[in-house]
Amino acid sequence: MTLDDWLDLAAALLLVLGGFLSLAAGVGLLRFPDALSRLHAATKPQVLGLIFILAAIALEARSWSTLLVLAPVLVFQMLTAPISAHMVGRAGYRTGNFREDLLVTDELDEAIERASKETGP
Amino acid sequence: MTELRGSEVRKRIGWRLWQQLPLLVALVVLWMLLWGTVSWISVLSGVVVAIAVTRVFYLPPVELSGRLNPFWLLVFLCRFFFDVVVASFQVAGQAFRPRGVRSNAVIAVDLVTVSDFITTLTAITISLIPGSLVLEVDRDRSILYLHAIGVESVEEAERVRSKVLSVERAIVRAIGSADDVERTRA
Amino acid sequence: MIVESVLHWMAGGLFTAAAALALVRVVRGPSILDRMIASDVLLTTLILVVGAEMVVNGHTRTVPLMLVLSGVAIFATVAVARYVSKQDRGDGSTDSARSPGEEP
Repeated sequence: MTLDDWLDLAAALLLVLGGFLSLAAGVGLLRFPDALSRLHAATKPQVLGLIFILAAIALEARSWSTLLVLAPVLVFQMLTAPISAHMVGRAGYRTGNFREDLLVTDELDEAIERASKETGP
Repeated sequence: MTELRGSEVRKRIGWRLWQQLPLLVALVVLWMLLWGTVSWISVLSGVVVAIAVTRVFYLPPVELSGRLNPFWLLVFLCRFFFDVVVASFQVAGQAFRPRGVRSNAVIAVDLVTVSDFITTLTAITISLIPGSLVLEVDRDRSILYLHAIGVESVEEAERVRSKVLSVERAIVRAIGSADDVERTRA
Repeated sequence: MIVESVLHWMAGGLFTAAAALALVRVVRGPSILDRMIASDVLLTTLILVVGAEMVVNGHTRTVPLMLVLSGVAIFATVAVARYVSKQDRGDGSTDSARSPGEEP
C-alpha cells in the first residue's frame, strides 16, 4: 500500500469515528433523563465530531489551502457552541426544565435563596 | 471622572485603539480565511468590514492582561484538546452504558481571578468540554454555576470543581496577568 | 479499495441512525427545549454528513455550506432559547415548558 492509500484509510476511519459520536449523541438524546442532560449529549458531535470530519477532509484533499478554508468552520463552531449551550442551559434551568430529584447538589438554588434572604426583610 | 489634559486624552484614544487592535486583526484574518485568498483586495475590504462591524456592533473593549506566555499557551491548547477527546468518549460511554445517567449536579465554582476576560475564557473552555456547561455567571464575584452530567456523589462534584479550577490555572498561566498568576499559585 | 468503501458505508449507517434517533426526540418532545436540542443535533449531523460527502467523493466545494449551516444552527437556537425564557417570565408559570411524568 502506498502513502496515499493509508491516508485514504485514515480519512475513512475518522468518518466512522465522527459517525460514532453522532450516534452516541442520538442515543444520549433518547436515554438521558432530562433536557439539561440531553444538552450535554448535543455538544459532543458539535466539537470533536466536527474535528474528526474536518481532519478527514484535510487528509483527503492534502493541500494547505484546504486547511485554511476549513479553519474558519471549526473556529466559528467553537465560538458559537458555548453561546448556544449557555442560552439553552439557562433557559432550561430558569423554566425548571430538569428533574430536581436527580441533582446531587444544587448550589445555584442555594445561592439564589441566600441572595433573596439578604435582600428580603 | 477627573478632567483630562489634551495629551492624556490622546493617550487614552491611542490605548483604546491598541486594545481594539487584536479584535480587528482577528476579524481581518477571518475575512481572508472566508474568501480563501490573500490579496490586496481581501485585506482592504477586510479592514473596511472589520471597522464597520466593530462600529455597528459596539462591544465594551476587552481588558487584556498584556501578558502572553507561548509555552503555557501551547500546554493549555494540548490539554484542552486532550480533555475534549476524553470527555467526548466519556459522555458517549454514559449514553451507551446500561445504567445510563442516574444523577447530575449544579455546582458553584468560585474562580480565583477577578478579570472578566479570564472568566469568559474559562467559561467557554468548560462549555466546549462535553459533560459540563455553564448555567449562570456571577460576574461581580466571578462565580461560575455549572451543570455537570453523571455526577453521583458530593466527592465527584468536588472533583469537577477542582477540574475547573485547574483549567482556570492553565489559562491564567498562558495569558493571565502577573497578579492572577501569583494568586492562583497561592 | 474494499475496506474503505465498507468504512464509508458504516459511517453512512451511523449518521443515518443518529439522525433517526434525533428525529424521534424531536417528535416526542416533551418540552420545546427538548425539541430544540434534538433539532440542533439533527442539524449538526447534517453538517457532518455534508463534510463526510466531501471526503467520500473527493472534493471541497461544499465547505461554505457547512459554515452557513452552523450559522443557521446558532441563530435558531438562540432565538428559541430567548423565546422560552421570555414566555416563562410573561405568564409567571413554568408549566408551559415542562410536562412532568412523561419520562421514566
